[in-house]
Amino acid sequence: MGDRNVRINVPLLARVEGEGALDVRVKEGRIDELKLVIFEPPRLFEKFLEGRPYREVPDAVSRICGLCPVAYQMSASHAIEDAFGTEPGPWVREMRRLFYCGEWLQSHAVHMHLLAVPDFLGFNSVIEMAAHYPEEVRRGLEIQEIGNAIIRLFGQRSVHPVGTRVGGFYHAPQKAQVEALLERLHRALPLAEALVAWTATLEVPDDPQEFVAVSLRHPDEYPMNEGRLVSSEGLDIDIADYQGHFEEFQVPHSSALHALLEGKPYLVGPLARLNLNLDRLPQPVRDTLARTGVRFPSSNMFHSALARAVEVHYAIVEAIRICEAYQLPETPYAEVRPRAGIGYGCTEAPRGILWHAFAMDDDGRVVKVTIIPPTSQNQARMEQDLRWSLERLGLEKPDEELRLRGEMVIRNYDPCISCSCHFLKLNVERL
Amino acid sequence: MSKGKPRVAVHKFTSCDGCQLAFLNLGPQLLELAQLVDIVHFAEAGMVAPDAEVDIAFVEGSISTPHEAERIRAIRAASKQVITIGACATAGGIQALRNLHNASEWMADVYARPDHLETLATSTPVSEHIRVDLELWGCPTNGRQVIGAVRSLLFGAAPVDERDKICVECKRKQNVCVLVAKGEPCMGPVTRTGCGALCPAVERDCFACYGPSDNPNTGALAHRFRELGLSERAVADRFLFINNWAQAYRVEGLKWREQENG
Repeated sequence: MGDRNVRINVPLLARVEGEGALDVRVKEGRIDELKLVIFEPPRLFEKFLEGRPYREVPDAVSRICGLCPVAYQMSASHAIEDAFGTEPGPWVREMRRLFYCGEWLQSHAVHMHLLAVPDFLGFNSVIEMAAHYPEEVRRGLEIQEIGNAIIRLFGQRSVHPVGTRVGGFYHAPQKAQVEALLERLHRALPLAEALVAWTATLEVPDDPQEFVAVSLRHPDEYPMNEGRLVSSEGLDIDIADYQGHFEEFQVPHSSALHALLEGKPYLVGPLARLNLNLDRLPQPVRDTLARTGVRFPSSNMFHSALARAVEVHYAIVEAIRICEAYQLPETPYAEVRPRAGIGYGCTEAPRGILWHAFAMDDDGRVVKVTIIPPTSQNQARMEQDLRWSLERLGLEKPDEELRLRGEMVIRNYDPCISCSCHFLKLNVERL
Repeated sequence: MSKGKPRVAVHKFTSCDGCQLAFLNLGPQLLELAQLVDIVHFAEAGMVAPDAEVDIAFVEGSISTPHEAERIRAIRAASKQVITIGACATAGGIQALRNLHNASEWMADVYARPDHLETLATSTPVSEHIRVDLELWGCPTNGRQVIGAVRSLLFGAAPVDERDKICVECKRKQNVCVLVAKGEPCMGPVTRTGCGALCPAVERDCFACYGPSDNPNTGALAHRFRELGLSERAVADRFLFINNWAQAYRVEGLKWREQENG
């Protein structure tokens, strides 16, 4: 084993996508250079939002991601309300949490069952997996559907829901609808508990590594829409100060911008959230997790799957709490009075913090927008992880084994390129 | 159709992945669909054979890079039927707003080194590049539409092209008209049905995510919006949004934008 170039080629990716490849150059048994090459055709959202009226923004930004439209609607609404000085009040605040529970359930269930788990078990797709694990697949689809039902309750449809407006919601659900949902949530609770226990039994590599975790943190709840930005290395800042600590920059091999925290790669998403907010989980969720015997905070990146299952359980418990206390509001939104200014929004998308800054004018039109999605924040961390994981696996291993481990590492982040990871192609060029 | 189960592919171009969820959100029906047809390529679901010959190719996303323009021609050559799913593939998507601006200036504003990224100046519908057999509109297209198309083709029937106005669906659902009752600038009178008239059901205006209906009287609706107090610019915004590159909306929207600019 001497010098060699290993190229894991991704001919077709989805979401952070188009063409992608993993380039690895090996010198004297060590990785000399590693690049996760990503190309998603730019769509220039930040530019075409300029000049648009605020009322269009929630409908526009949801189109950035079909898998997490709620997250985009939430971060943007918070940012514009911050700019205008709008206070949506307790009902809207609570319902936004419920709405977000729907997206976590839907997105986590899709990732676990349709994208990641088939691979953990050696299947190419959920359709193959369903023949051998019918109960597990049915359970996953049921959880996914409950998530979609929550989103529909407010937004009529689960992809690009239409119910969000700056200031709150266009329409309040009827009590009978919420009661029907509550019944389904109670039926889903044991499914979520079983999912946590089952996910903990999936065999994952035992390979702890050091990384910086970043998430929101709220004084008394598991973070979704609000909180301060914290890290495992002691960062604790207002979301408005994000750009003073985090740096976003372009690398030649990617159309998604990379981001660093004080010069270091960092992790966002379920594992980072859980590691930093264990004490914010309600007791039943903590108990179910404790029964798995897996200890958190965890430095095993492959515990991301279990963290996702724990958040599925949490989202069901939280949704039940909110639905049980549901009351019809006088009005489902706060009146908005546009004024010139800059506002910030940062919420926990299923894949991690989604940061928005909106500068608005006196007519309520957008002057300038900055949007920093979770997948671009995780990119530098993914490269760091790939470097570490492939070296630990052993660079002398057959290419096929390197490719499979590379796929598994990438998929673990649930990047919007998850789908791509099923078909990484490995070309080895030996010098 | 060829003998045996029809072969199906789902391809992605410049898009948000939301229309592929029309399949992935089918739940148990997705497993049933996999019994009826052979899904040979659908990257997001794990099936990968992008160059395979198929009976039906579903295409999500607009064409916005030189490579995509090549890929779509290869898909046409390998597919008996090409069906576009959603506003991006059918009308260029919300990202087609760059067609009305200086796209290279925009690129330079977002990326420090735009030269590292190979893109086209425009985002265009699939039909501007190849012949398309069926277009399913909507941002996003839903499960009912894609399953309906597959069912029709399985029976050898021509799929139904839904072109009625949203207003027809609103009446059927007995929604209160938000344009008449609340004076909201609702795009329903010029937008095709298929979504289920969702927006008026939550007491808000339709924003035309399903694209132009048959015979859309865009001029009359634009004048109604002016009477409701919308500025010329605000009228243009209504038409130049999710389906801005669809001809009926583009023509009307640009007319009001030019009037505003004098």
